[in-house]
Amino acid sequence: MTDPLFEYLCRMGDNTLVLSHRVSEWCGVAPVLEEDIALANTALDLIGQTQLWLGLAGEIEGKGRDADTLAFRRDVWDFRNVLLAEQPNGDFGQTMMRQYLFDAWHLLQLKALKGSSNAQISAIAEKAVKEVTYHVERSGDTVIGLGDGTEESHQRMQKALDRLWPYVGELFVSDAVDQALSAKGIAPEPTSLREEYDTAVNAVLAEATLTRPDSDFAHQGGKTGVRHTEHLGHMLTEMQWLQRAYPDATW
Amino acid sequence: MVEEKPTLETVWGWLDAVPDPEIPVISLTDLGIIRDVQWQGDTLEVTVTPTYSGCPATSIINLDIETALRAKGIEKLSLKRQLSPAWTTDWLSESGKAKLEDYGIAPPRPAGGPQHCPRCKSAKVERISQFGSTPCKAQWRCQSCLEPFDYFKCI
Repeated sequence: MTDPLFEYLCRMGDNTLVLSHRVSEWCGVAPVLEEDIALANTALDLIGQTQLWLGLAGEIEGKGRDADTLAFRRDVWDFRNVLLAEQPNGDFGQTMMRQYLFDAWHLLQLKALKGSSNAQISAIAEKAVKEVTYHVERSGDTVIGLGDGTEESHQRMQKALDRLWPYVGELFVSDAVDQALSAKGIAPEPTSLREEYDTAVNAVLAEATLTRPDSDFAHQGGKTGVRHTEHLGHMLTEMQWLQRAYPDATW
Repeated sequence: MVEEKPTLETVWGWLDAVPDPEIPVISLTDLGIIRDVQWQGDTLEVTVTPTYSGCPATSIINLDIETALRAKGIEKLSLKRQLSPAWTTDWLSESGKAKLEDYGIAPPRPAGGPQHCPRCKSAKVERISQFGSTPCKAQWRCQSCLEPFDYFKCI
């Protein structure tokens, strides 16, 4: 088995990398200028966090791979992001719903990692938690604004929630990697974050006048890399195009 | 070659003259991102903390520090990145905050918003967006003079 710590750091870094790339797809085409800037800023924070997580992953692995190598030289089956992060942008509402469902988890996860027994992980979490606090404030407000908005925006947000909810459960699934790290006090048990997540999300959805789907059925396979959705491969062909066509290109 | 090692106070003085690349009206020391300056033997070690983890100015800042110190004759230099404790706007110097305001950027306040419009000083201001032209700023607008302005986010 691969070093659980390396696996875990790839999960953290791939979540922020893949979501960052998705969010950056809005750059220049968002509904209004302020949203365009906000989305680009969010993507920038996430890519900064990616450099820290994947940089540390490469260091732990000790095979000379840095953050760029990990980002651009792995194929779909080596990615460890949750399926939620790779889901396509859809309309602006779907993008913001995906962001909120992720941010709400991300904040709890980082708060827990601040107390990690690994000093490097705790330092990255301490840095990232400040940024993510801003992310969830904005994505939560937007979900409320659009959910409790016009008939059209409400209906689109409900559709986005129904479409994305089956990807929420994977955030809280625990496996051997999580158990190994939680036993050493490096990372929280994913299941331990669920109650607080539900409380926060239920409150926002209620204010947004949206209905949480009855079923908590969860698609899985992203964080283990066993089965990504078809969307990730398409995204990577674009994201990795330059390094695939011109390996080691720099400028 | 420097005959004698410059004192740390002298080095801090030099760094105080290096402007922030994005907001050149304040210096790197005003911004509070230089966390430590130490001699390790004959190597000068400067510890820098990033403002935001993805801030593209970070690599330029390191380059500017290196250029400034090399120009003063420092040959052996090591730049250390420190993430914890994470940068906070509490580390902005008072003179830095005043310079920001003069420049048209409302300085950060723990209350979460600008005290007043940096141009006309009206307290009637509204937020346009939590995000702005750089990761460290948000967009606000003055309801009196109607000018939009940047607010330095409090983190």
